[in-house]
Amino acid sequence: MKELQITLSVNGEYKQAHVSTRMTLVDCLRDVLRLTGTHVGCEHGVCGACSILLDGEPVRSCLMFAVQAEGHQITTVEGLATKDGELSDLQDSFWECHAMQCGYCTPGMLIAGHALLEDNPEPDDEEVREAISGNLCRCTGYQQIIEAVKLTAKRRSGTAA
Amino acid sequence: MSTAPALPNYRYVSRKRRTKEDRRFITGRGKYVADVDVPGMKHIAVLASPHPRANILDIDIDAAMAVPGVHYVLTGEEIALETNSLFHGLDLPNVKWYPLAVNMTRYAGEWVAAVVADSRYVAEDAAELIQVDYEALPAAVDSEKMLEDGQPLVHPDHGSNVLFQNTWTWGPVEQDFGETPHKISYRARWGRSSTVPIETFGVVAKWDGITDILDVWASIQMPQYQDQIANAMRMPMNNVRVHNDVDVGGSYGVKRGIKHTVLVSYLTKKFGFPVRFIEDRLDNMSGGDAHGPDRIFDVTMAFDNDGVIKSLKMRALDDVGAYPGRAPLQLGKPITALCGPYRVNSIEYEAISVTSNKTGQVPVRGFGQSPTNFAIECGVERVAKFLGLDRIEVRSRNLVRKEEFPWKIPPGSLYDSGDFHAVLESALETSNWDKLVERRDALRAEGKLAGIGLATCLEPGGGNNIFEYLFNPKLQITTFVESILIKVEPTGAITAVMCTTSSGQGHETMVSTIAGEELERDPDTIRVLHGDSLEALPTRSPVASRMTIVLGTATSNAAREIKQKMIAIAAHDLGVEKDQIEYSDGEFNVRGSPSRKLDWGEICHIAHKQFHRMPLGHELGLQAYSVQQVPGAGSLPNEKNEVSLYPCFSFQAHVPLIEIDSATGKVKILEYYIAHDCGTPINPDIVRGMIIGGVAHGVGAALYEKFEYDPTGQLLAGSFVDYLLPSAHEIPPVTDIEHCTPSPMTSLGQKGSGEGGYLGAPAAVASAVNDALAPRGIEINELPIRARDIEEALHQSNLNRN
Repeated sequence: MKELQITLSVNGEYKQAHVSTRMTLVDCLRDVLRLTGTHVGCEHGVCGACSILLDGEPVRSCLMFAVQAEGHQITTVEGLATKDGELSDLQDSFWECHAMQCGYCTPGMLIAGHALLEDNPEPDDEEVREAISGNLCRCTGYQQIIEAVKLTAKRRSGTAA
Repeated sequence: MSTAPALPNYRYVSRKRRTKEDRRFITGRGKYVADVDVPGMKHIAVLASPHPRANILDIDIDAAMAVPGVHYVLTGEEIALETNSLFHGLDLPNVKWYPLAVNMTRYAGEWVAAVVADSRYVAEDAAELIQVDYEALPAAVDSEKMLEDGQPLVHPDHGSNVLFQNTWTWGPVEQDFGETPHKISYRARWGRSSTVPIETFGVVAKWDGITDILDVWASIQMPQYQDQIANAMRMPMNNVRVHNDVDVGGSYGVKRGIKHTVLVSYLTKKFGFPVRFIEDRLDNMSGGDAHGPDRIFDVTMAFDNDGVIKSLKMRALDDVGAYPGRAPLQLGKPITALCGPYRVNSIEYEAISVTSNKTGQVPVRGFGQSPTNFAIECGVERVAKFLGLDRIEVRSRNLVRKEEFPWKIPPGSLYDSGDFHAVLESALETSNWDKLVERRDALRAEGKLAGIGLATCLEPGGGNNIFEYLFNPKLQITTFVESILIKVEPTGAITAVMCTTSSGQGHETMVSTIAGEELERDPDTIRVLHGDSLEALPTRSPVASRMTIVLGTATSNAAREIKQKMIAIAAHDLGVEKDQIEYSDGEFNVRGSPSRKLDWGEICHIAHKQFHRMPLGHELGLQAYSVQQVPGAGSLPNEKNEVSLYPCFSFQAHVPLIEIDSATGKVKILEYYIAHDCGTPINPDIVRGMIIGGVAHGVGAALYEKFEYDPTGQLLAGSFVDYLLPSAHEIPPVTDIEHCTPSPMTSLGQKGSGEGGYLGAPAAVASAVNDALAPRGIEINELPIRARDIEEALHQSNLNRN
């Protein structure tokens, strides 16, 4: 199997990785770069647990190879906050609303919610449902996740109670 | 939104508080099993049998072994020689079970060989090169046929595909049937669905031959896990160290993983390097611990002219697949609440567990209670229809009344407390039932199929597992303990050590909230650890909606003991009797003399460092542990097979409104209301999440999810493309109203809530679908009710009409 040295831009930093050409991006992020916040759920592009931002757009990192990600800006859950140890407003809202239980789908949900709010600062319920409908959660029934995304929007617009 | 229940003036309990666990999850810092990186670890891929039933004639591993990076290919014959057969709940000496198939495969997907390699990629490449010579055989697939002679035998040495069959009678069933004017009989069928967590099962094991310790990190939720590893591996239990601080990415009962664990444990012990096995999705769904109950209920209810149900006969036939494990016992737990929340006078119950050439069944949320609740609710709806009575009224006439608690049901369970009528009333009020009926009728007037569902169900919590004895008298288990150790450091900081893993239940929040409440210390300052299995006190695992009941009560006990120790130190130091000391908010003062006091920090300092100020005979330091018995448990069933099984009973009333697309059969849930009572909620956000999440899970079981098999025994649902999980589009907004009838069995009146809305949602959604289909003369009592099932039934009904 052919191996390559690649350079990936992850969370604003350039990182070197030695990978086989068939290694998926999620395996590279997790096992080579040790960014284990991105999770593997189904490995066939349905569950969304492995969602990351590629040039700002949410994508499944189980459905692309690491070598395809060269030259793109990758953001993982570890890069959502501006500084280490801090929380983004969306992360804080997820905590406030208890928008998770086991936490396994949470990084993917945060990625989906983050991307939505970049495009649509004041989404309604249906728009939030649509945005997270590619991410499966078995714990919550989605409601507290939807509330967290909407709370973030309200906080940004200064209309939060 | 939830309303705040009327409660004692708690500081922290029942108050809105952020959870302890969420912070690491939102930052990507959860530690799941696939995040565990043990240096030098090797990886496993498994080869699965394509045949539901076949003799294994030969396995050629040469080509696989020749792949660079491959260390070993293990087959069933070897591991069966070197390990003990895995544990079954039933007494089945001739049903052997090993991590890999031995001589014969018993389901399509059963693991035949395991490749150990430097990476998962290489292991998978090599697994494809293993050549297995199979002799394919006809498979046993139809569960109802298992009772007939001449079926292909799944376990030939057992001599039959029936694993368990018994009938119990509690109360004067025949007399009640004789005296009651009406009987209806019906069949209800629960499809092979499950919880399907987004994280598959995974395990890492590392054997150290110098210290003789087998370290295990696993995404586990199983009682007696370390016991079973030790037994299978033929080693003492104190050689096995299970790391309970692994975050489990969802389980809801299914993360059992014993065969995976024995597989990697055997390999690490054989080779000395750590070994990891993370299932891929197909491994999980076809060969892992994925499938749930698969049940046919035949029920007869006997009732009077008022719709009062006097007696019922239930026969439950459950298909546990090829290897039973604990699965047959899921027919036992529902004995706990076999008549639901209703005042039934007598019950006959026949439980039949059969084996088949399908993937093995594992415990699923509620341990068999949700299917049984569905079967009971089908009957209640039918009684109302039969008599032309309102289904709310029929429920109201049968529900146990508030003043009747504690209420003993025929099999012996003592329902602890409740106000079922008030909760039902609240569900009707919140859903604005009359308006909902108007809305349904308006939709019908537009030519649409619309229906309202209703279900009133129980969630038994706190399992003591005495039902195991009814299924296997060798299992004389009369409790499931749970323990906590609480330590107060010299500086005053509090640490609590619990003894199991968590898979989303929020145990750290629960323990810190209760300890904080008891000690009047901020829960945010209390650290909660998951001790490993060698350090931990006795535990049976977080199943059966039991942790808030059993671990929560243990936490209260230990915290109260610490408070008493601190009061004793304060009394001694201040020169008064203990009963003269008042404690409030971190200060211990002499009653009536507020200036004579010691604060929290001073007492911690004395306890740890100032022997000269300690009362004589008192232990130094400030620590207490509690090993908590399941409240109310402790004896085996009496000669009538009566026994109280669970201590606490939560209650829920569900009301969904749905619409069905008559062209496609697709169900859309428009509104969903639930009123729920789990006693004192410790953290309202966690309870709400469990309820709504449980509803979502129940919607899946009712409408979408099924491990479908073809008649030859091939699994047709091995991925998320063919096993459909509800997304945010399928789950409606759920309005949850919380009630609080405290339990007399627990420290703060708490009950269980972990099985949540799942215990009632399937019955409620089925009720709504059948209400919608009633005008067309259709009734479907087989879950899941998929769009195609409805479309087919509508088509048939049109043909009949024409």
